[in-house]
Amino acid sequence: MNEDLILFLQEPYFLTILLVTVLIALCASLMGVTLVLKRYSLIGDGLSHVAFGVMSVAIVAGVTNDMLVVFPVTVITAILLLMGGQKRMIKGDSALAMVSVGALAIGYLLRSAFPASAANGVSSDVCDTLFGGLNLLTLSEEKVRMCIILSIVVVLAFVLFYHKIFAVTFDESFAAATGSNTTLYNLVIAVIIAMIVVLGMQLVGSLLISALVVFPAMSAMRVFKSFRSVTICSVVISVLCSFFGLLVNAVCSFQYHLEIPVGPTIVVADIVVFLVFSLMGLFRGRRTA
Amino acid sequence: MALLSCQDLSLGYEGKAILEHISFAVNPGDYLCIVGENGSGKSTLMQTILGLHHPLRGTVKTGDGLKQNEIGYLPQQTQVQKDFPASVWEIVLSGCPGRQRLLPFYTKEDKRLALQNLEKMGITHLKKRCYRELSGGQQQRVLLARALCATKKLLLLDEPVSGLDPKVTAEMYQLIEDLNRKEGITVIMISHDIRSTLQYATHVLHLGAEVFFGTLQAYLSSSALVGLGREAGTSHE
Ligand SMILES: Nc1ncnc2c1ncn2[C@@H]1O[C@H](COP(=O)(O)OP(=O)(O)OP(=O)(O)O)[C@@H](O)[C@H]1O
Ligand SMILES: [Mg+2]
Repeated sequence: MNEDLILFLQEPYFLTILLVTVLIALCASLMGVTLVLKRYSLIGDGLSHVAFGVMSVAIVAGVTNDMLVVFPVTVITAILLLMGGQKRMIKGDSALAMVSVGALAIGYLLRSAFPASAANGVSSDVCDTLFGGLNLLTLSEEKVRMCIILSIVVVLAFVLFYHKIFAVTFDESFAAATGSNTTLYNLVIAVIIAMIVVLGMQLVGSLLISALVVFPAMSAMRVFKSFRSVTICSVVISVLCSFFGLLVNAVCSFQYHLEIPVGPTIVVADIVVFLVFSLMGLFRGRRTA
Repeated sequence: MALLSCQDLSLGYEGKAILEHISFAVNPGDYLCIVGENGSGKSTLMQTILGLHHPLRGTVKTGDGLKQNEIGYLPQQTQVQKDFPASVWEIVLSGCPGRQRLLPFYTKEDKRLALQNLEKMGITHLKKRCYRELSGGQQQRVLLARALCATKKLLLLDEPVSGLDPKVTAEMYQLIEDLNRKEGITVIMISHDIRSTLQYATHVLHLGAEVFFGTLQAYLSSSALVGLGREAGTSHE
């Protein structure tokens, strides 16, 4: 092994990135089942595009910590979309499509018109925002702190509302009929998804967030049968894949002088796991059948 | 006092009425069957009772110490997603009153209640099984156990036997009758099955062009039955 690599892996900088990566991956995997089964994947996708647009505005305007802007706007968008969507599903869908594509276009237009306008002198790449570019330049201490705090909030909210999220996802009309405040819980779900989008964007970029959310849950669902075991398994998969992705990234960079982006590496790892789990599920099904 | 009373209800979607002037009352221990052809508004009425749907006019009142959130409900054709990874235990538990508290976990009491209802439905051995891998009859029992966790007084069942074979259907009716006769749970059931209605119901609500509400005896001697007989004849093609 390369000695530089070993040194690098022990540096506080790398360890910080590792911590942030693992935390974000953990959060992202929590809502996978809900997102897939409640047909909220569209909302997650739309939100990430909105977040891209807002982030572009923030960067062009020279805001140093773009998360401070992106976070509240994304959460508010999530709430508005959900409120609108609940009344009329079709209208909600087209509204979502318009907002999401619009934000993408405006964001990209702004970034092209003002290419190197970042206040701190760093010209950030559009590709980084779309596909994720976790590196020293974009990862200020403030941002690290925000990521950690947000992650903890997401995990706490999930644990606190775990049974409610299950009930609302599994059978919303039963939950509502028996006196659960489903509006509130849907709101909580929307806000958690918005937070995950903002977090995930830092790691894999706005185009790949859905992958980070959906793949671990889909993999886990192939093999496990209860909500709890699926949730736990997706967390484990997501954390391991992100860890592995980061490691591959470092190895490539030091051993082969190959700079590959972290985000897509993690997503590819997730895809591989999905394929393996699909096969496992197949064999399992055949054995019991 | 009546457990549930509906006064001059008008139901409909987007301002257009599909049912008008519905009035009836359900007393503790009753077994009310709601009958009527497809699209006559049976499910809509049930959703209105549950507060999932707002009536255009009229009121639904609960009485006799029954709270709105103490009604157990078995939805028509579970909208429950087909691929949902959930164990029987998780589903039954989700009917327990603990779901309403702010606490992030279920209490011992909730778990005992869930266990007890699993036993009542004779599905204790399925506790750890995956819901989506169960047969239709087993799934209905799971959902009935969940509904029982949510109530001790009033159970609303929307076509609980649709899609079940005759043997399992009979078992399901037997379970429901036991709940009504032995446990004293009031039952409101939507049913297309005229024979079971006549066999188990104490009261009948007939929806359609002609609305009827009354005891089974009154229903048997009314003209509404003739209409239903015709429907039953056409629906068993
Ligand atoms: N969400 C909705 N929006 C508009 N109209 C609806 C909606 N749901 C039902 N309807 C209409 O209301 C009427 C009553 O529907 P409902 O589902 O209550 O009938 P039902 O008696 O339960 O029928 P079935 O025996 O088939 O279950 C139908 O004509 C239906 O088309
Ligand atoms: Mg119906």
